[in-house]
Amino acid sequence: MESTIKNTEQEIIEEFDMFTDWMEKYDYLIELGKDLPLIEDQYKTDENIIKGCQSKVWLQAELQGNKVRFTADSDAIITKGIIALMVRVLDNQEPQDIIKAEMNFVDAIGLKEHLSPTRANGLLAMIKQMKFYALAFQSKLMQEKK
Amino acid sequence: MIKTLDIAAVRADFPILHQEVNGKPLVYFDNGATTQKPQVVIDAMAAYYNKTNANVHRGVHTLSQLATDQFEASRETVRAHINAASTKEIIFTKGTTESINLVAQCFDGFVEKGDNIIISAIEHHSNIVPWQMLAARTGAELRIITANNAGELEMDVFDEILDSRTKMVAVNHISNALGTLNPVEEFIAKAHKFGAAVFIDGAQSVPHMHINVQDLDADFFAFSAHKVYGPTGVGVLYGKESWLNKLPPYQFGGEMIKEVTLQKSTWADLPHKFEAGTPHIEGVVGLKPALDYINKIGVEDIAAYEHELLEYGTEKLLQIDGLRIIGTAAKKASLISFVVDGTHPYDIGMILDKLGVAVRTGHHCAQPVMARFDIPGTVRASFSFYNTKEEIDILVAGVERAVKMLR
Repeated sequence: MESTIKNTEQEIIEEFDMFTDWMEKYDYLIELGKDLPLIEDQYKTDENIIKGCQSKVWLQAELQGNKVRFTADSDAIITKGIIALMVRVLDNQEPQDIIKAEMNFVDAIGLKEHLSPTRANGLLAMIKQMKFYALAFQSKLMQEKK
Repeated sequence: MIKTLDIAAVRADFPILHQEVNGKPLVYFDNGATTQKPQVVIDAMAAYYNKTNANVHRGVHTLSQLATDQFEASRETVRAHINAASTKEIIFTKGTTESINLVAQCFDGFVEKGDNIIISAIEHHSNIVPWQMLAARTGAELRIITANNAGELEMDVFDEILDSRTKMVAVNHISNALGTLNPVEEFIAKAHKFGAAVFIDGAQSVPHMHINVQDLDADFFAFSAHKVYGPTGVGVLYGKESWLNKLPPYQFGGEMIKEVTLQKSTWADLPHKFEAGTPHIEGVVGLKPALDYINKIGVEDIAAYEHELLEYGTEKLLQIDGLRIIGTAAKKASLISFVVDGTHPYDIGMILDKLGVAVRTGHHCAQPVMARFDIPGTVRASFSFYNTKEEIDILVAGVERAVKMLR
């Protein structure tokens, strides 16, 4: 099956369905966070930083062919675990699909509280930034077609 | 002899404490951000809307008189609580932040280029930015009292930067991020020798200690109702009458005028000169029972018990491997800011939340403090007299569990 955004979201939802309590869920997020390939230091620039009130998030994006490649990092590990999920869903997808992505999985796996603007942990800003990159790459692709 | 607080009885007065959060009994340790409200405060505010609601200082009708009486009774309670000389010196604001902004914005005429304003390195943003703006508007220099590694302000630095061009010294009484109790009496006495005014941010001190603004000889003193068991949206600015008479009005509109023609207006007398518009009446009404409540329990007893919690919490938390307390001043209020090696405060806070423990994480609106200690933020547990040692045990177990998960 082709790895689409919807498919990956569904996969994640099914993975999280196995967990019976928040401890297991957090343990899993922490593992994901520890496993997330670190963003290369050269990209940990102020330009790539998404400042949340509490934890810092770095996001780097580039266009490979017609797909967007994301790498990301955070100084807080639970945040990093959630970032790992977002990167898994949106990485290596076409800009137009990223722009349309609803990211409903965050709600479905019970992590919506992490996205509330009051949490201000940079995650909401990160989704916006990922879509912003996609938008920029899409217009770049369209210009190249002309 | 200090009487022992009946903690069970005290807790019974706070309905919000008796609930589960995330399936666990709530342990509320975010009192530095805001305190919970006793039933008497909630009742007073409900009674105000159920029976008394009317605009103040205006109507001849009975309800307006009653509302005004309650409003002004609260002002008198505040006056007595901090021992101001007169109710003219008690201005109701939105909170400590507005109290600071009021004075900073009205101070332009008292500062000029070449003058200086002194703040400290351990202030809340609200006691930094308004003074930065005042300095920017007037061309004055902003000078900083630095802090040592314990989070104590360095008096020798203050002595060095204080001079005859110092027009304002603005420092907190207790640091919200570190808990340091600052020697404000000394700052005030020294500043006055050079003719400088002193503004004390008492947001964190009023809930924990007895305040006597006349003994302190502070020119301005501010605090927030919601940090002292009262409603949100109400703050107090105390100012010496002589200063408040000198300052121009802060905002313009109804309530603060004496006479208005289409061409010109004159200002109302103190304290109304600084209270433009319809105030937060039910909030002010709710502040009185809050202060009455802590006075009934006894501020000295509250302070003694909270100090016990501080000592107990400090000892227990320090037993956790890799835990470092940020803010180790000899004189401290009952809050503990800490970091744990190999973990991020945010992660610890998230896990504690799942265990029903409410703490604050982050920079506590005091980024310069975090920069001073070279940390991204801390976990802060701030205690109130309704907290218990058993709750501290839950916190400590929670931190241990979080650290185990995170490392």
